Amino acid sequence: MMNLDDKVALVTGASRGIGAAIAQQLGAAGAVVIGTATSEKGAAAITENIQSAGHKGCGMVLNVTEPESVAALLKRVNDEYGVPVILVNNAGITKDNLLMRMSDEEWFDVINTNLSAVYRLSKAVLRGMMKARWGRIINVGSVVGSMGNAGQANYAATKAGVAGFARSLAAEVGSRGITVNTVAPGFIDTDMTKVLPEEQKVDLLNRIPLGRLGKPEEIAAVVGFLACDAGGYVSGETIQVNGGMYMG
Amino acid sequence: MSSIEERVKKIVAEQLGVKEDEVKAEASFVEDLGADSLDTVELVMALEEEFETEIPDEEAEKITTVQLAIDYINANLA
Repeated sequence: MMNLDDKVALVTGASRGIGAAIAQQLGAAGAVVIGTATSEKGAAAITENIQSAGHKGCGMVLNVTEPESVAALLKRVNDEYGVPVILVNNAGITKDNLLMRMSDEEWFDVINTNLSAVYRLSKAVLRGMMKARWGRIINVGSVVGSMGNAGQANYAATKAGVAGFARSLAAEVGSRGITVNTVAPGFIDTDMTKVLPEEQKVDLLNRIPLGRLGKPEEIAAVVGFLACDAGGYVSGETIQVNGGMYMG
Repeated sequence: MSSIEERVKKIVAEQLGVKEDEVKAEASFVEDLGADSLDTVELVMALEEEFETEIPDEEAEKITTVQLAIDYINANLA
């Protein structure tokens, strides 16, 4: 069921957390995985993670906010591995603040990394997918994009944005065998949620019917499903994976 | 070596799934040959590859007929 047959998969923000788990999942399904990180050190760690698990692929440096960096990465991937037909837009940041106190920098940094990068990367890989008549674009969204969350107006706007982007692009390119979906994690045990204050964590757990944070692998499994043939008829969808804290 | 006109018509026929003799110079991709907007994007991609060039988006949008494609290639490649 999970056989990606050496298809080239590009996963942004793959050095840790959910992205690292997605890289492992796609690698285990047989894909050649290119994981990106913002630093050489991060890229080297991805290479080690992928290859020590016996999977194919490597880490590469990418700054998703720079068009030149995206172009250079795509050229390198095409030259060394071939055209990516699976794209997982996972790279994301938070810069939380109450809107009344939010700076332009906090707003635009999050928009640029979480939303504009999805535009940039998707556009860059579409040509190859259209020629292949097969493609998967999977955005990592967030439960916050549907529920909202005080202090995260910037982050929530981007995560609602990537879901709308996926629905529109799914309508545009479905006729070419390309699906576009969003996986919306709830609160997952990663570095991003480790920084939450303790009282907020307790409050959170009370709102999650399953009573625990999710594991990165539980997000990666859903991404893997969408990437494989088994998920081939799902398109334009947002799949909520959140322990029941929000039922869309 | 076929002429530019022949090469363009061959690609249009292949991309849009029509017979080559239907691909008249004055034919509009959308109105006469049944292309949708995504077909025209793919057609430009195919022309770029055949003629080893890059057609900027603002130029690509103006190429709406077989003759306009031939003219563009003639003007920019010869």
